[in-house]
Amino acid sequence: MFIAPWLIGFLLLTLWPIGQSFYLSFTDYSLLSEPVWTGGANYAKIFGGDPTFLQSLRVTSTFVLYSVPLKLLFSLLVAMLLNRSLRGMNLYRTAIYFPSLIGGSVAVAALWRNMFGKEGYINQVLAWFGVEGTGWISNPDTALGTLILLNTWQFGSTMVIFLAGLKQIPQDLYESAAVDGAGPIRKFFRITLPMLSPVLFFNLVLGIIGSFQMFTASFVITPRGGPMLSTYVYAVYLYETAFKHYQMGYASALAWILLVIVAVLTALNFLASRYWVYYETEGGRAK
Amino acid sequence: MTLRRTRALHHLLLIAFSVLMMYPVIWWVGASLKDAPELSLPTLWPSKPHWENYIEGWKFSSEYTFGHFFANTLLMEAANVVGGVLTAAAVAFGFARLNFPLRGFWFSVMLLTLMLPGQVTIVPQYILYNHFGFVDSYVPLVLPHFFGGGAFFIFLIVQFIRGIPRELDDAAKIDGASVYGIFARVVFPLVKPALVTVAIFTFIWSWDDFFAQVLYLSSVGKFTVGLALRMFIDQFEIAWGKLLAMSLLSVVPSVILFFFAQKHFVEGIATTGLKG
Repeated sequence: MFIAPWLIGFLLLTLWPIGQSFYLSFTDYSLLSEPVWTGGANYAKIFGGDPTFLQSLRVTSTFVLYSVPLKLLFSLLVAMLLNRSLRGMNLYRTAIYFPSLIGGSVAVAALWRNMFGKEGYINQVLAWFGVEGTGWISNPDTALGTLILLNTWQFGSTMVIFLAGLKQIPQDLYESAAVDGAGPIRKFFRITLPMLSPVLFFNLVLGIIGSFQMFTASFVITPRGGPMLSTYVYAVYLYETAFKHYQMGYASALAWILLVIVAVLTALNFLASRYWVYYETEGGRAK
Repeated sequence: MTLRRTRALHHLLLIAFSVLMMYPVIWWVGASLKDAPELSLPTLWPSKPHWENYIEGWKFSSEYTFGHFFANTLLMEAANVVGGVLTAAAVAFGFARLNFPLRGFWFSVMLLTLMLPGQVTIVPQYILYNHFGFVDSYVPLVLPHFFGGGAFFIFLIVQFIRGIPRELDDAAKIDGASVYGIFARVVFPLVKPALVTVAIFTFIWSWDDFFAQVLYLSSVGKFTVGLALRMFIDQFEIAWGKLLAMSLLSVVPSVILFFFAQKHFVEGIATTGLKG
């Protein structure tokens, strides 16, 4: 069978681990001895006041709350700028996409760490203007902001998807709107946005899921959760619980809570989409 | 406003934006050639390029050079790309062209895994690999790519295969080709553009898949470029010039790939993004 590789992989590396982590989340397991059944003790501890859990959840939610809309907004704006036939368009597109190509790497995290450091480039430029900058990464008020900025800087893939969506909107819609006397703002809200809403929805769903898993930037730019744990994202907390403290059971419970949060958010998104996502082929709003 | 003026304005906006986006990268190139005192000046370019950043950075660890880490990473990448491309193509062919029970169900399950946060499976996966003694080897990093290369890629190729007329399959069937023959002789050659996209993405994503690398590789001799860079960062006194030089080098393979296959790249993301 052709799909066998995927099926084996799915059963072995996805389905079985999901079940296994559900089981482990009710145990105490250090990898050295057998898992010990502890019932809901892990969950009780997490919800009964694990300050680190609350902190990492707060940090991650803040990150998602800012970086997802910022990225969507930026990528939509830029996609609209790029959706023309102008000379040199390929060059612009490359320049704008470039940061996204390299953005997830450790290398860029290193770059960021230097630029936003106390003695970093950002502050040198600010000093030119007579402003004394703070240590952006060592200051708990701004550390997370630098990570959000890094994430927003890499909006390329989202933008490309928007761009493809824009190209599919039939030009005659705009032409007939122009005949009816619609201005650019009206055209945007009455044509572009509704026609683009499935793409926007796709980007929103995947954007939220992706942002919840942010790891490398926090791990490399702000080791050990940053100043006063201000960049201690959920993925880093989970990683440290499992692979630094070897609390596999507790980490599994954390993983399952993450799964539930993401699933609920995605489900809410799908529910809400009925009211704002427009599917042309179904002749109106989606059922 | 006349058409010409709107156009000029448009160019201006785009240029401004491109510069804004590329500025950190340009600064990066300059900074990698600066010595320590010059790094604290707000200039973009060094007055005299310090190439020794590259030479000394390359040999930053007493045991291994960056050449060793590059070789490690490229070897792993070669396996990932081969595994990903071959199995993703086969699985996609199965989903797009063959009839089997529960096909629709499995396809939906596969799409659903796209939304699954990776952290949920990581602990049991680690335990599994640990059980078989694969921790601190490349197996956990390479093996997943041989299981269909990931839902995203399978989906991408399925979309692509659906665009190939079925008459071609039928013609081959009449000529006596088996299912395997159709796959190998008809479909596989035709989906090459999609496979190029898969290859590039596999390469770049596994290059950047830092989480798995941190998790599974612990001995320095097996480190990838990303891990080597982090080791560099974790030193007590960071030699920024050399670090920036080496990190710049570390993105070169992805950049070269990107420029060679730019067209595929953009189209690849676009197809998957849309037809969902």
